[in-house]
Amino acid sequence: MDDSIYREQIIDLYENPLNYGELDAPDWSYEEDNPLCGDVVRIEVKLGADGRVAEVAWRGDGCAISQASASILTEEIKGLTLEEIRNFDKDHLLELIGVPLSMARVKCALLSLKVLKAGAYGIPDPAHMREDGL
Amino acid sequence: MLDVTKIRANFPILQVEAHPGVPLIFLDSAASSQKPAVVITAMDAYYRQMHANVHRGIYALSEAATSAYEGARAKIARFIHAADPAEVIYVRNATEGFNLVAFAWGRANLEPGDEILLTEMEHHANLVPWQMLAAEKGAVVKYVPFLPDGTLDMDAIPALLTERVKIFSFTAVSNVFGTVNPVKQLVQMAHAVGALAMVDAAQAAPHLPMDVQDWDCDFTAFSSHKMCGPTGIGVLYGKRVLLEAMPPFMGGGDMIRRVTLAGSTWNELPWKFEAGTPAIAEAIGLGTAVDYLIGLGMDEVHAYEQYITTYALEALSEIEGLTLLGPSARQRGGVAAFTMHGLHPHDIAEIVDKDGIAIRAGHHCAMPLHHKLGINASARASFYIHTTTEEVDKLVMSLHRAKKVFRQ
Repeated sequence: MDDSIYREQIIDLYENPLNYGELDAPDWSYEEDNPLCGDVVRIEVKLGADGRVAEVAWRGDGCAISQASASILTEEIKGLTLEEIRNFDKDHLLELIGVPLSMARVKCALLSLKVLKAGAYGIPDPAHMREDGL
Repeated sequence: MLDVTKIRANFPILQVEAHPGVPLIFLDSAASSQKPAVVITAMDAYYRQMHANVHRGIYALSEAATSAYEGARAKIARFIHAADPAEVIYVRNATEGFNLVAFAWGRANLEPGDEILLTEMEHHANLVPWQMLAAEKGAVVKYVPFLPDGTLDMDAIPALLTERVKIFSFTAVSNVFGTVNPVKQLVQMAHAVGALAMVDAAQAAPHLPMDVQDWDCDFTAFSSHKMCGPTGIGVLYGKRVLLEAMPPFMGGGDMIRRVTLAGSTWNELPWKFEAGTPAIAEAIGLGTAVDYLIGLGMDEVHAYEQYITTYALEALSEIEGLTLLGPSARQRGGVAAFTMHGLHPHDIAEIVDKDGIAIRAGHHCAMPLHHKLGINASARASFYIHTTTEEVDKLVMSLHRAKKVFRQ
């Protein structure tokens, strides 16, 4: 019985998630669920004057993998630009999670990234706004 | 009581290892049951020795295939005590049975403002087709609530069963709570206000003796794959007078009497509802599964499931932090859905899988039920004729291990 997917870090993050909560006046707030299991993740992001992620918070309800993934992802994107978030590689997130996942559980692991990207694509890129002189 | 050792030898898959060196403990029969060797052999033999299209050829092979296909229908009719095999319509699964009735009967008979009564414990198969029909026809869908113990709120029914209700469709056995509903009484209540009654028998046909004439239901639907038969086939039963009056569901070959360029007329029952080349091998497989269950005796099947479910509910209820959903064993079929404090159902299922144990985690196609309970998901172990007390013990040990992994 190999329980390596439940290594200490995953259980720690499940018990004590990072960046859990909500923001005042985020630049975007987006929520989605995984219809297979009903897991829900909402991610809220506030960009700084430099166009980089200044604050990020998430809320949700789900399995240890989806919840740990949201903590890891929100830690990782601090300081990234909107463009960098849009290009965030899913394999990079899976590497950061660092435990062997079955196909079904990969969906749990990537739910937070799906929510983050959907939110990021839903707002205009401030960099482009500047280029357009707006 | 059923000889479980003998029964286990009938199921080839029970010899398979879940992981190298770890035997399979299959506790997900409510999602789809495993198949006894006789069913697999019958389908194999059909393809090797008998395959031809049915109802078409004049030659001997086609006649043999037709006779096996129709013979299976007669067996199924006897299994559910239908008055006439023509009332047994082959469909893909219970889901298609509901869609057929919603489409063919519903479109012809529903007016704006009419009501469809369901219950809050229904599987999506008995929810979504009616919601689609209601949206199209301007009808209203209402739901009988369930009580905290997972039984229907019988007292709420009279107020909901108004004369505007045209059909009351409900499950015989809940696929989450396991609740065995009082089918006959519910059918009588529907008929008393002039409504039709449709029964979801997907979780009943594999586990209980079924008698559609005693139920007096107007329609019932169930799936082969949950009752030892193959996937891809199921049954819609309907009373002849209703089926006769209904327009077809799908058009095509086999369902017609005469086709001209100006129009077509329909074949007689049951073929009016069976357009195109059907699932012949699957029908023969289902017929064999029915023979297998009749051979065991449905009373015996039910008694064994009561025994193993009672055993499992007692064992599971001793796990601290585990909450069982649904009523006592006396009122339930062979399913035990539960939640555990501090553990998400997905994580529970993943950990017990490492011990070779297959259970379901999620909403089990019953999102409204889970929503009402204030949860997104539950874990569900379901039991069948091959489940042993040792397997239940192993599940309990594995759940204790899951608690340790999650520091509970």
